[in-house]
Amino acid sequence: MKKNKALEKIQQRCQALYEDLNLATVRAWKAEAPGRKAIGFMPVYIPREILHAAGILPVGLMGADIEIIRGDAYFQSYICHIPRSTIEMAVNGSLDALDGVIFPSICDVIRNLSGMWKMMFPDKYSKYLDLPQNFTPGLAGEYYIAELRTLAADMERLSGHRITDDALRESIRLYNRNRELVLELYDLRAEKPWQVRTVELYLLLRAGNLLPVEEHNAMLEAYREAIEGEERQALDNSRIVLTGAFCEQPPLGLIHTIERSGCYIVDDDFVLGSRFLTAPIPEEGDPVANIAQTFLDHAMETPFVYIAEKEKGEALVRQCRRRRGEGVIFSAASFCDPALLDQPMVSAAVEREGIPYTEFKYAENTGQFQVIKEQTGTFSDSIKLWGNE
Amino acid sequence: MSAQVTRIKPEADQPLPGNEVQKERSMVLQKEMIASHYKALAASAETGCKVVYTFVPGNLNELIGSFDNLLPVHPEINALQNAMRKRTGKMVLEAEKLGHSEDVCAYVKADIGMARSGNIGPSGTRIPDPHLLLLSYTGCFTFLKWFELLREEYNAPVAMLHTPYQGDGIVTDSMRAYMVRQIKEEVIPKLEKVSGRKFDIDKLREMLARSRQAEDDLVAVLESAKNVPSPIDAYFGAVYYIGPIFSAFRGTEAAVEYYRELRKEVEARLAAGQGPVTPEGEMGPERYRLVVEGPPNWTSFRDFWKMFYDEGAVVVASSYAKVGGLYDQGFRHDPEHPLESLADYCFGCYTNLNLPSRVALLSKYVREYQADGFLINSIKSCNSFSAGQLLILREVEQRTGIAGGFVESDLVDPRYFSGANIKTRMESYFQMIEQKRKGAA
Amino acid sequence: MKLYLGIDLGSTTTKAVVMDANQVILGKGITNSRSNYDTACAIAQNEAFIDTRFSLFRRQMSTGAVELGTGAVELGNLEAFLTGLEANFRLEQFLRQLRHLTEISMAEISKGRVDQALRTPLRDKLEQLFEEIAVEALEWFRPGAAKRSDFFRDLAGNAYMRGAEALAEPDGVTYDMLVNVYDKCIIRVENTLLDLSLEGNMGKALDRSFGDGGRDGLSEEAEAEIRSAADQVLDISLEVLNAVGTGYGRARLPFPKERIRSEILCHGLGAHTMFPGTATVLDIGGQDTKAIQVDPEGIVTSFQMNDRCAAGCGRYLGYIADELNMGVQELGPLAMQANKSVRINSTCTVFAGAELRERLNNGERREDILQGLHRAIILRAMSLLARSGGIEDEFTFTGGVANNEAAVHALSTLVEENYGKRKLNISANSIYTGAVGAALFALRNVAG
Ligand code: SF4
Ligand code: SF4
Repeated sequence: MKKNKALEKIQQRCQALYEDLNLATVRAWKAEAPGRKAIGFMPVYIPREILHAAGILPVGLMGADIEIIRGDAYFQSYICHIPRSTIEMAVNGSLDALDGVIFPSICDVIRNLSGMWKMMFPDKYSKYLDLPQNFTPGLAGEYYIAELRTLAADMERLSGHRITDDALRESIRLYNRNRELVLELYDLRAEKPWQVRTVELYLLLRAGNLLPVEEHNAMLEAYREAIEGEERQALDNSRIVLTGAFCEQPPLGLIHTIERSGCYIVDDDFVLGSRFLTAPIPEEGDPVANIAQTFLDHAMETPFVYIAEKEKGEALVRQCRRRRGEGVIFSAASFCDPALLDQPMVSAAVEREGIPYTEFKYAENTGQFQVIKEQTGTFSDSIKLWGNE
Repeated sequence: MSAQVTRIKPEADQPLPGNEVQKERSMVLQKEMIASHYKALAASAETGCKVVYTFVPGNLNELIGSFDNLLPVHPEINALQNAMRKRTGKMVLEAEKLGHSEDVCAYVKADIGMARSGNIGPSGTRIPDPHLLLLSYTGCFTFLKWFELLREEYNAPVAMLHTPYQGDGIVTDSMRAYMVRQIKEEVIPKLEKVSGRKFDIDKLREMLARSRQAEDDLVAVLESAKNVPSPIDAYFGAVYYIGPIFSAFRGTEAAVEYYRELRKEVEARLAAGQGPVTPEGEMGPERYRLVVEGPPNWTSFRDFWKMFYDEGAVVVASSYAKVGGLYDQGFRHDPEHPLESLADYCFGCYTNLNLPSRVALLSKYVREYQADGFLINSIKSCNSFSAGQLLILREVEQRTGIAGGFVESDLVDPRYFSGANIKTRMESYFQMIEQKRKGAA
Repeated sequence: MKLYLGIDLGSTTTKAVVMDANQVILGKGITNSRSNYDTACAIAQNEAFIDTRFSLFRRQMSTGAVELGTGAVELGNLEAFLTGLEANFRLEQFLRQLRHLTEISMAEISKGRVDQALRTPLRDKLEQLFEEIAVEALEWFRPGAAKRSDFFRDLAGNAYMRGAEALAEPDGVTYDMLVNVYDKCIIRVENTLLDLSLEGNMGKALDRSFGDGGRDGLSEEAEAEIRSAADQVLDISLEVLNAVGTGYGRARLPFPKERIRSEILCHGLGAHTMFPGTATVLDIGGQDTKAIQVDPEGIVTSFQMNDRCAAGCGRYLGYIADELNMGVQELGPLAMQANKSVRINSTCTVFAGAELRERLNNGERREDILQGLHRAIILRAMSLLARSGGIEDEFTFTGGVANNEAAVHALSTLVEENYGKRKLNISANSIYTGAVGAALFALRNVAG
């Protein structure tokens, strides 16, 4: 079989970006033109369009599997791991390329981290973005629009560029395209999971944390094309949907482990910000209002979003059906409040539908995969047995 | 006048018990208030009162009370009261058996565990199921999940009130407008629906005026701790003082009376140069004055308090006594601006403040209350309080020049109270302060 | 003579330290804590007083306070003699305990639960066994000999088990029967207060030293002088003016509250006494880790302890050693042979075994994993240190883990990388740090 050069190149690039913990990529981007700014953001979702329209590079921060020397001094043992690695990187200079960080409202840990940032790095911009939780129509729109306008004004001040409506519409268009490309790949993976490997897809999404959206779009398109030419063999794996990993990410080894144990991951919530809006933002009309309204109408149902008057877990069940998932893996970061508080409700819903599930916890620096391998392997076997009966 | 108040009145006028067990009159009043509230809840099916579950931080008690036929239930209070009666260990385990994680807030698990074992409240009577879940999402993310869980449990409607966090340390007009809008367009209509009555803004104003009166007295009580020696303990003792105003009684006549009485008693203690009353008896000479951050542990509340008592340590200010409102920083409910003031009340609850504001407040307490110690009781359950506390510790130390102490425990999960570990730390901490003083002298 | 006593009632060992009015440490005593705190305390004290008298003995003789007559010896010789004497004294103590063990073992056999027919053979075997131990003991207590432990339980127990294995017969007196007798009796020996004092055993020790030409070139006059010096030292009355207790079991000490100080304060002051330049102290013990800052007077200004989870404490190394089927003290040297450090993320005692096995399965070398483990433990300590206020100069490291070279290596590397050069103090006697601090508290409280 001839070597797929294009694919190999993309894989290498993605791997390099994944390992670029010191943000050399961001530094290089900033160096290309004077006065460029980059702003980091914690999981899961922020309206990157607004940053982009001001010429600012949004940089997704997702912790890291690194040795913690200073970060532990700030957190008790019963708090999840991602704030430790984030502080570690901030303190050891890895995040110096950033001119600020935005902390979206997903949990109390990230919320309080925003205040820690204010105290520890008073010279840098830091913003807690309180996304609305009241989804009753008509209630939160004005508030959220005002929040977004404040954010936009901050970005203008920081970058020295005015955000015109046209620029913002163009940014919306680019990010709509980005979401579309990501979704296509998710669809393709669900169709041919042997073809689009989860680790590959995951690394592609992670690349989007560092790359300008234009470049990332190109990369996604190139991957799409490159993968067509690949002939990969389908295995007799079971098809599972993985959920709970929307914030602190598992180490790559863990994703490998799950796949190797006989599971095709056909849907997941890794790097969820890339597809958090389930519909495109309208490209005509008041762009800020459009961003706000799309969030209010089409935010994905996840543990950190309050679900009003709907049955909990319905979304996961739907997702499972749509992707033809045969089972669900709940994999949450240890001490992750939103994921773990959500789990009993959602697992009950899954159970009601007769979908088998299993669960485990991990940390971004988990070093042991053996137990998980056995667990997911057994789970996969049981699905196959049960399915063939 | 609201339903529960009429029931309390006659009992409150009863003569005080004999002198042998010298109970302050305020304590008797509070006991009666609580008992009658649980009684009213137990009788709600007959009286036709409807039950609204809601959380302590950001609770809209006056609004609920203004309907006359709505009774609030505060799940945290059930959990902590059950814990003080040593009942939560089993409840937490029960919830964990149902699939709730060991890692999450034990209040939630104690509540679920209680619901699953007959919903028998701390008073021994059954707590009725909710007709409405008023989700005041203020200062804690877990609240969202908690009421999603209860909604599944009871199949009750939810009224959502999202209180934006003071991320930048300020409240903007748009934040306030968002709150007022939610109260007007979501909370009030849903309350009207369960109550069957129309919202009456004048009743609300009356209640707010009473809140204000009680709030003045509460502040006087809390600030009495600025005196040396302090006549009150502003952490363990304050748990009782804040009880009525943080829960079902704010805005009631009973609360006004309670706080008037309490203030009189505290002023009398002050005049007599007396220290705080504790379960172990009268406090000895005041040897240490502490500011404490973080909630208390409820399962070993008395043991923990005793560790302070034994050393002559008095807590002169605490952040926990502010979870239900920062009255001492000037906020008052305002009958002139009823809905806005409810919104402002929510914004100002302690856990809705960002970390820099918390540090500033705690440092201010250390100075204003002439504290010689600053202690954090870090609670495993509660990331809202705990995440970042180690930085708070460092910052307060730097700003005030006093060395902080740090202990870890949990709210209602008895597995996370390690008496020996805490005692070692506390003793060391007190001895350290003492040594430093000696060194300085 | 006026003295001050510090007692550290730890969860595994109990230590006592005797200090004079000039802050000179005269005596140290240690024993295992066992179930009975009072006994442990009494024994540790007793040992510390014995040690004190030896110090006084040394002091008196080497300052020439005692004239050694015509055959006066070189100071070096005298030192060797004293060392020998102390060893003989320890031997006498051991034999005293062994005799007691013998007695109650014999009594145990008569107690009916043993098959009548087997009683006599069992008694014979035991007699033989104890005699062999007594002979073997002569070796252990030779000056300079390396003993596995200082505790009677360990020394006797080890020899007993070996002997029992050799003497057991499958269908007569079995190994189990022998072990059974030992198990029943050893605790009782430990909990009996025997006369192990200097007064009661010195005569015999001196006889042993002077007998068999052990006089080592000392003249008869010198012997007489030494004997009389010994008498004089024994005659000095030792008066404890004040005692302070600390440690895990401190509340069990029969002391009033003011005479009980927390471990952390004692530890800080003890480290200061041993190394007066100390500013930061790290103590990693079996159950907990403490990071302490002290001022120039040795007063604690800030501290942090691990939470209820014992991850990263000494006990963790114990689990690892068990998992590898090694002794704890062998871990450090092995880790020092590493080529690289494997990153270990969790020092959780619960997962210790699993993590280790997985690394081994992945083909990592034991040495490299061990180095990573030591680094992980030290990283936990580093975060406690950071929480307590960092690492100032000088930095004193105490506790059992301070004897582990791999831990020390990891610590010095990380300290230098993160805080710059620091003078690192480690004392061979670091186990006494808390007791030393307590003794100094005793002295200061009387003085101040
Ligand atoms: S892992 Fe969970 S608890 Fe931790 S920061 Fe992320 S969302 Fe919050
Ligand atoms: S996490 Fe904290 S604030 Fe939230 S419910 Fe639990 S105890 Fe209360």
